[in-house]
Amino acid sequence: MTAKGFVRAEGVHRVLPGPVPVTLVRAIALSIAGGEFVVVTGPSGSGKSSLLYLLGLLDRPTEGEILIEGRPTRALSRDAAAALRLASIGFVFQFHFLLPEFSALENVMLPMRRLGRLERAAMEARGRDLLATLEMADYADRRPDQLSGGQRQRVAIARALANAPKLVLADEPTGNLDSRNAEQVFVILADLAAAGHAVVAVTHNLDLAARASRRITLLDGRIVEDARTR
Amino acid sequence: MPLTLEIALTHIRERLRQTVLSVLGVMTGVGFAVAMAALMQGSQEDFIRRIIDATPHITVRDDYRAVPWQPADTVYGAAAAVALASVKPKEELRGIRNPQPKLALLAALPGVAVAPTLRGPVVLRFGGRDVAVSLLGIEPKAEVRVSKLAEDIREGSLNDLYTTANGIIIGSGLSRKLGANLGDSVSLSSSAGTIRRAKVVGIVHSGVVAIDDATAYARLKVVQVLLDRPNVINEIRLRLDDVGNARALAQRIERRLGYRTESWEEINESVLEVFQIRNIIIYTVVGGILVVAAFGIFNIVSTIVFEKTRDIAILKSLGFTEADVRAIFVSEGFLIGSFGTVLGWGLGYALCRLLGSIEIKVRSFAEQTGLPVTYDWRHYAIAAACALTAAGLAGYLPARRAGRLDPVAIIRGAA
Repeated sequence: MTAKGFVRAEGVHRVLPGPVPVTLVRAIALSIAGGEFVVVTGPSGSGKSSLLYLLGLLDRPTEGEILIEGRPTRALSRDAAAALRLASIGFVFQFHFLLPEFSALENVMLPMRRLGRLERAAMEARGRDLLATLEMADYADRRPDQLSGGQRQRVAIARALANAPKLVLADEPTGNLDSRNAEQVFVILADLAAAGHAVVAVTHNLDLAARASRRITLLDGRIVEDARTR
Repeated sequence: MPLTLEIALTHIRERLRQTVLSVLGVMTGVGFAVAMAALMQGSQEDFIRRIIDATPHITVRDDYRAVPWQPADTVYGAAAAVALASVKPKEELRGIRNPQPKLALLAALPGVAVAPTLRGPVVLRFGGRDVAVSLLGIEPKAEVRVSKLAEDIREGSLNDLYTTANGIIIGSGLSRKLGANLGDSVSLSSSAGTIRRAKVVGIVHSGVVAIDDATAYARLKVVQVLLDRPNVINEIRLRLDDVGNARALAQRIERRLGYRTESWEEINESVLEVFQIRNIIIYTVVGGILVVAAFGIFNIVSTIVFEKTRDIAILKSLGFTEADVRAIFVSEGFLIGSFGTVLGWGLGYALCRLLGSIEIKVRSFAEQTGLPVTYDWRHYAIAAACALTAAGLAGYLPARRAGRLDPVAIIRGAA
């Protein structure tokens, strides 16, 4: 990890083309290091999720550059970006997006199997460990439709952590959860940051945001506040 | 098992009803393709086998392909300044005269058996019934080497033509028509005005209706006398060890002897062309079945892509590439195509067995007692190749769309 942070955005603009071009984010400059727990807040439409997708290489800036471990990513092919995402970035979404035909454990193993660095038994052991860490050990063989909303989100977090990513991006991960489950998810994210992951979470929930070490506020696609909270 | 294949399997397993219908579509296409191909090739081979067995491989006729050069042309020549109009062609009595040197020449060819024939129209009378037949004057000893006549004789014997002064062998259909049986005495009258009594010494059944209904055989010398054509024949029939060489050899013989010489392929060219047309029609129909089956696959894979857009987005967000996503859905097409193909092979084989077991009696060109079916692994391979190509294409089109899906747009829409 570079001294300047695991992920950096330099003058990032993202404009959706069309008859009336829509600017999603503008002049974004930030750097996030491992161990940081950053929450991104702002009103709806302020560009929070767009920023997250840009940092996670799911989207590409119209201008500017996203650097992962100091490496520019704009010129990367889609496949190269996908490979980088697979190995280094974990996504958690508001909706769990678990594959319904697979069990919790199989869902967690998906990124590991795609990466193919571990033997099958090692993947399964790591998957079970991750689920156990998130108190889901007893539900490993259940399919998503046999789990509650909070449980599904934990499985989604476990899946995001499967390949031990250095950057975890969470897009309103508590949006569909009750307060108790939401609290638990944020505790998990805070623990991940404490374990050395760079964690970026988009949230509207200011109480939960208080758990983060840094808060970035967006308005109309611009960073209007970037403050350390602890 | 590769991850993409495993995901593909779960997708199609979750949609069992649709999958089964698509598999059945492919199965039907492949099954009927195999059965039709087996039937077509079977009937074609059966026809050709009968032709090859029942008729000579090469026939030298007392005829020429081009109009014979006229004496007037010989005198004045084509390049002369004199043009002759209304030249009456020289009357020529047809027939291969003094055939022995020609027969000896042909008999000396390797892998060739030769038999002379004088064929002529006669009227065969028995019990007040007259039937016009084609009478073949043959040499029984030579005949056994060029045709199956001896084997096809149901009653009597070919050698009885030697032991009976005016012996005749008649076709089984002719026997039925006339009511003449072995030992009966029939009357033969030719266009030369000769009438002879002949004794039926054999009944032959070749299975070729046209032959059995209107052909009779007698010794060559008997027929030469009856037709008043001493020391003349009008056909030399050849049987080859290598049937495939017939066309080329026929051309060589024609160049050497000058007489029109036809191979069995040339004689039956129109029928063989009909086979080609029939093949095109049936393969088009079977191809249509496979196309319909491909639409079924396209439909199910498209539906899965539509239903799985969120899964596609999440797989991409996890780091799956476009190629991975395409592989999942192309695999689905191939899986359905493969299941359908394997089942289709079974169906095709079962249909072949069923069709082959049906007993029918058809008296058209040749008598048939069942549907001829050919079992050939190539039918199965071609049907599978067509089905898998169609399935792959049907899976690829929606898979390509799936690969190009923008995960951000999907996740935004789903959030």
